[in-house]
Amino acid sequence: MLQPKSEAELADLLAAAQHPVAIRGGGTRPIGRAAAGEVLSTVALTGVTLYEPGALTLVAQAGTPVAEIEATLAAENQRLPFEPMDHRALLGTEGTPTIGGVVAGNVSGPRRIQAGAARDSLIGVRFVDGAGTVIKNGGRVMKNVTGYDLVKLMAGSYGTLGVLSEVSFKLLPEVEASACLILEGLDDARAIAALARALASPYEVTGAAHIPNRGGTSRSMIRLEGFSKSVAYRADALRALLADFAAVEVITDTATVRQIWKDQRDVTAFAGQSGDVWRISCKPSDGSGLAAKIKGDIIYDWGGGLIWAMVPEGYDLRASLGAFAGHATLIRASEGTRARIPTFHPEPAPLAALSEGLRRKFDPKGILNTGLMATAMPAA
Amino acid sequence: MEMPKPNPAILAKRARIISRLREVLPFDAVIDDPHETRAYECDALTAYRCPPLAAVLPQSTAEVSEVLRICHEEGVPVVPRGSGTSLAGGALPTADSVILGVARLTAVLETDYDNRFIRVQTGRTNLSVTGAVEENDFFYAPDPSSQLACAIAGNIGMNSGGAHCLKYGVTTNNLLGVTMVMMDGTVVEIGGAHLDAGGLDLLGVICGSEGQLGVVTEATLRILRKPEGARPVLMGFDSNEVAGECVSAIIKAGVLPVAIEFMDRPCIEATEAFAKAGYPMCEALLIVEVEGSEAEIREQLDVILAIAKRHNPVELREAADSDQAARIWLGRKSAFGAMGQINDYMCLDGTIPVSSLPYVLRRIGEMSKEYGLGVANVFHAGDGNMHPLILFDANKPGDLELCEAFGADILKLCVEVGGCLTGEHGVGIEKRDLMLTQYSPSDLEAQLWVKDVFDPKWLLNPAKVFPLSVTETRRDQAA
Repeated sequence: MLQPKSEAELADLLAAAQHPVAIRGGGTRPIGRAAAGEVLSTVALTGVTLYEPGALTLVAQAGTPVAEIEATLAAENQRLPFEPMDHRALLGTEGTPTIGGVVAGNVSGPRRIQAGAARDSLIGVRFVDGAGTVIKNGGRVMKNVTGYDLVKLMAGSYGTLGVLSEVSFKLLPEVEASACLILEGLDDARAIAALARALASPYEVTGAAHIPNRGGTSRSMIRLEGFSKSVAYRADALRALLADFAAVEVITDTATVRQIWKDQRDVTAFAGQSGDVWRISCKPSDGSGLAAKIKGDIIYDWGGGLIWAMVPEGYDLRASLGAFAGHATLIRASEGTRARIPTFHPEPAPLAALSEGLRRKFDPKGILNTGLMATAMPAA
Repeated sequence: MEMPKPNPAILAKRARIISRLREVLPFDAVIDDPHETRAYECDALTAYRCPPLAAVLPQSTAEVSEVLRICHEEGVPVVPRGSGTSLAGGALPTADSVILGVARLTAVLETDYDNRFIRVQTGRTNLSVTGAVEENDFFYAPDPSSQLACAIAGNIGMNSGGAHCLKYGVTTNNLLGVTMVMMDGTVVEIGGAHLDAGGLDLLGVICGSEGQLGVVTEATLRILRKPEGARPVLMGFDSNEVAGECVSAIIKAGVLPVAIEFMDRPCIEATEAFAKAGYPMCEALLIVEVEGSEAEIREQLDVILAIAKRHNPVELREAADSDQAARIWLGRKSAFGAMGQINDYMCLDGTIPVSSLPYVLRRIGEMSKEYGLGVANVFHAGDGNMHPLILFDANKPGDLELCEAFGADILKLCVEVGGCLTGEHGVGIEKRDLMLTQYSPSDLEAQLWVKDVFDPKWLLNPAKVFPLSVTETRRDQAA
């Protein structure tokens, strides 16, 4: 395993590389077709380089454990706005998730609907391209339109455009209080309508999820966060607003609320069970219609705009959905399924050509996580 | 600012290009009369002017596609233009270019409150996007101060911000999808009503690419429900340092105001003389606005006021009603107009880490003395996006050049303390030649690769964003 100890070492290594490398942070998110080649790990690039609580900014080396960053922020009562998911339970992996992995996968959580995705909080990157050149883009300030925004391009590029060495984020204050509103017994379409009404209210919902089958009934969940009086006020207002859907239970115990949304974030309901797991991003009001076409267990997030589906092994969910506005990603599957069904959603030809063109520029030797994001299957 | 020399081969076939454009557009959508093309000779950076070869005003994505296909075949540079409010020269043409204006693309295509988005043609103005949804109590969050006039196309091109970014983000955080025409005429759809990209985040790199990657004709934008209420407080301090510390303390306290605006003494004096908003005469003034229900506003303001009091304010004024709130905002909103009353000015846009605020303001004051040009500061303090206004006399020979040199020094200072050249206005031609102070040649090369892929012939707005010397071979190969 290659394990560069500095950005310069990483650059030398890639400049000299003649064969593909498989890039790895903590190794907890094996998403995409397994890339060929020797493993190139970023775990030795660690440490928070800069943290300014008064400016809501943090800069860290890509291999820094997410837990270390979260602890650093917690000490100043701040947090990463986008609530990155921990994939370990769902994917049955072990190891230490890194912040570089979060960025490479644009990993977000339930708060994405209100606070944006990882790409929205990411304000700067340093990375090494496939030719071994160190490139920086963005910086450490939250408003920056100087040149092209390669920061966004790197987020979610799964190491196919470069190996991240350093990432910068804008942060948010940790909240004083949170509450979870629970509505039981709604069918999927009614639940999504209830979540939509909550999201279209002025009450700043930071989580809107629906679990169709939880111990024999369905459970819809809405999260509120902020100052305690404000949370209480908004919980009351939402209870009244949603009264015609179902009775609303309000949970205010902080530990319970946190656990509910941690489970939702990490999709723990599908952990430890057999079956492939797909993640579908769609227009929220399309959610229940799409889910109805799927043979499997469903969990909704993002007000219906994110569908987690657990289906029988090898089932081609994309084929059963047909054409729709959005994308479906195969998150958990056996090697066999992943060899047969592309992980990432096929793009229309002009967009696929742009993506391919970018990869050729950033990775001229074709050595960075080769084929990991391919949407066509290799010729047998 | 130097612009590339017009390509004589293109000028020589002017009549043929115009006649081909007329074949695909209504007669009045092709403007080639030299009296009329002068209307397109500059944007809001008025110091630089050059009439284009022609201007076209297509009315549909299909017409945009036809125009670009023809220009691509003829090898003619195209300069996309929203409403022409760019302060950076983003829409400045060259004599051999066609201006492609989106001014006739103003329709609202779809509003969807359940899914919280609006789809519009991009010639629509920023404020009229909110106008289309406000009867249902929704709004579009990015609010550049030119929002009455500026077009969504330009907002996407420059990734525009505004006063409320601290809470709502900038254009890129509120843009869900686009219909874009590539330089060869191909129409692509990227994103939509769903969140995030399924593959590479092309939308993310298109936003803020200053019209160099494609012409965005339609946009899907996130809309939000209006908060129940909002209220500003005004605070005066006897030094910039203390005001800067107060900003940091508010942010650290866990309150997230929607806006924290900062004005220094020269700016306060000028706006007071112009707008008579009743501001206190002091060294630094903050306007902090919070949102929510009455109880929520109270809770947040109590925290903010307690922090302000610890910083020995010379004035602390909470708006008691909407009239008083409007008065608090009046001076801030008239600041640019007020400065324009007393002088010509150049508005800069660098961003700095909030912690460097006192140092940067002190250095700007010192440089102001060295250059002998006045500066007023008015800016978004919460996110560190500065707007120093350098005062000069356009009629005095050499004053513009002096002002530009001073401006460049301020921007270099912004980069030196860890910030950037432009927070929300874009690079255009204005900051083009400073790009190498912020980025290394290889940093820039990576950005050029993106343009190589989207626009291999380098025909879209080619003389912008990057130093001309850096892009010369690519632009020449196109010609």
